[in-house]
Amino acid sequence: MSERYSLLSLLSRGLGGNVGWTRVWREPAPKPAYDVVIVGGGGHGLATAYYLAKEHGVRNVAVLEKGWLGGGNTGRNTTVIRSNYMMPGNTKFYERSVRLWENLSQDLNFNVMFSQRGQFNLCHSIAQLDAARRRGNVMRANGIDAELFDREEVRKRLPYLDYSENARFPIIGAQFQGRAGTARHDAMAWGFARAADRLGVDIIQQCEVTGLLREHGRIVGVETTRGGIRAGKVGLAVAGHTSRLASMAGLRLPIESHLLQGFVTESLKPLVDTVISFGAAHFYISQSDKGSLVFGGDLDGYNSYAQRGGLPIIEHTLASAKALMPCISRLRMLRHWAGVMDMSMDGSPFITKTPVDGLYLNGGWCYGGFKATPASGWCFAWTIANDRPHEDNALFTLDRFRNGRQIDEKGAGPVPYAQ
Amino acid sequence: MLRLSCPICGTRDETEFVYGGDASVKRPALSVPDTYLWLEFVFYRDNMRGRHLEYWQHVQGCRQWLVLERDTATHEHGDCRLASETEA
Ligand SMILES: Cc1cc2nc3c(=O)[nH]c(=O)nc-3n(C[C@H](O)[C@H](O)[C@H](O)COP(=O)(O)OP(=O)(O)OC[C@H]3O[C@@H](n4cnc5c(N)ncnc54)[C@H](O)[C@@H]3O)c2cc1C
Ligand SMILES: [Zn+2]
Repeated sequence: MSERYSLLSLLSRGLGGNVGWTRVWREPAPKPAYDVVIVGGGGHGLATAYYLAKEHGVRNVAVLEKGWLGGGNTGRNTTVIRSNYMMPGNTKFYERSVRLWENLSQDLNFNVMFSQRGQFNLCHSIAQLDAARRRGNVMRANGIDAELFDREEVRKRLPYLDYSENARFPIIGAQFQGRAGTARHDAMAWGFARAADRLGVDIIQQCEVTGLLREHGRIVGVETTRGGIRAGKVGLAVAGHTSRLASMAGLRLPIESHLLQGFVTESLKPLVDTVISFGAAHFYISQSDKGSLVFGGDLDGYNSYAQRGGLPIIEHTLASAKALMPCISRLRMLRHWAGVMDMSMDGSPFITKTPVDGLYLNGGWCYGGFKATPASGWCFAWTIANDRPHEDNALFTLDRFRNGRQIDEKGAGPVPYAQ
Repeated sequence: MLRLSCPICGTRDETEFVYGGDASVKRPALSVPDTYLWLEFVFYRDNMRGRHLEYWQHVQGCRQWLVLERDTATHEHGDCRLASETEA
C-alpha cells in the first residue's frame, strides 16, 4: 500500500535525493468476481469507487479502464470548477461538488491544486446582464456566492480586455463567482485512484469491457479483453462511450457523442489570474501554473468518436480570443486536442439506476463534468450502495424526458450540439 | 476540415454547411398518438460509432438539405445526396 504523504515524508525524501518513493497504487490482476465493477477509469469512475469504499464500506470493488487512468476527458479538459447553476436538480448538486473540492486535497492526502481564483461570466447586452442577475439571485438564495459587476468594475479587475470604442462585443458587466477556479486534472485522477487503492479497490488498466454478462434479465458481470468478471452490480462511467456500453444491455439513450477541443499557448508571465468566460461566443480562458494560456471553445458540431478536432473550431476559438483580448494576438499556440463528449439532450447528466437490473449509469456530462467529479462519485456511490438515488441526484434520471422534466440550463432544446 | 460534395454546387468546405443531426430518425405521422414514438423521435439516438447517416444543409450555397453517410470514428465519408431525392 502506498504510504501516507506528509510534510515529513516530502522533506526526508526530498533531502535524500528523492529515492525510495513507493508505487502509488497496486497493479492487481482481475479477480473472478467483485461486489461492484465500475467501467471507466476517469475521474467519475475512480471517485465512485473511492466513495463506495469510504462512505459505504463496499471495498470489494474493481475499476476497469481500457487505456490508462484519466486518459479520457479527465486528462483532456480545461479544469474550470464553478457552481453557477440555476435549475432545480443542478444547483445543489454542483455546490456539493465545489464544497467537496474545497477539502479534496486533505481528504485524499494528495494535492489536487484546487485554486479558487474566481470566474467572470462577461455580459455584452442588457438581456445578458438581466439573465446573469437572475442566475446570481438563484445562487445566493441557495447559499452560493455570486456577485454582479458593472463595466467599470470589470475594467478595474480585468484591464487587459478590449474596452475600446470599436470592440465587436462591448463588455457591459459580468457575473462573478469568487469560489470558482481551476484544479490539476490528472492529480485529481491520481488522488482518487491512490485513495481508493488504499481502501482495497482494485484498479485495472488496459482492460476494455467488450460485453455485459446477463442472466435472467439481470446484469451479473462484464466480458473484458482480460476475461469475464462477475459482479453484483455494474456501474458505467465511460463519458463519450456511454451509448456504446449501454447498447450492450440493449439500451438506447438520449445522448450523442461530440468533439470538444482544448488549446494551450506558449508560456508567458502571469497575466490572467482568474477564469474569464466570453459571453458572445463559446470561449473561455485561464492561465496554467506553467504559464500557458488555456482556451476552451465550442463543439466541432457533428457526431464523432474520433478524439481529434478539426480546423474550423481552431479558427473560431482564436478569433474569439483575439476579440476579447487583442493583446494576445501575437502569441503562438502550442497544442490542441479533443475529447469525446457525452452530450445529453438537455445538457444535464445522468446518475441513476437503469431499466436493467444490476446496471447503473453515470454519464451525459457534456462539457461540464470535471467540476462535477467529486459530487458525481459521491452520489453515484450512494445510488449503487442504497439502490436508490440520493436527494442531490434524484432528478438526474433517464425518464425525465418521458415526464417532461428536462433540466435544460441554457434553454437550448433537444439539440446536443447547441447545449 | 471536412470537404463535402454537394450534388448541386460541387465540393465545398464544411464551414459552408450546417449540421442537421441523425438522418435515420424519422418523424412519426402527425396523427400518431403514441407519445412513446414521439419521445424516441425527439430525444433518443443510436449514436453509432462507425457508419452514420446524417443531414447537412448547404446554407451558404444552394440551401438544399443533404444526406451524408460518414464514419464517426474515422470521419471518412461518401458524397452528399439531396434529401428530397432520398426521402419519399
Ligand atoms: C476540451 C475539454 C474541455 C473541458 N473543460 C471542462 C471544464 O473546464 N470544466 C468541467 O467541469 N468539465 C470540462 N470538460 C468535461 C470533463 O472533462 C468531463 O465531463 C469529465 O472529465 C468526464 O469524466 P469521466 O470520468 O466521466 O470521463 P473520462 O475521463 O472520459 O473517463 C471515461 C473512461 O472510460 C474509459 N472507457 C471507455 N470505454 C471503455 C470500455 N469499453 N471499457 C473500459 N473503459 C472504457 C475511457 O478510456 C475513459 O478513460 C471538458 C472536456 C473537454 C474534452
Ligand atoms: Zn449546394
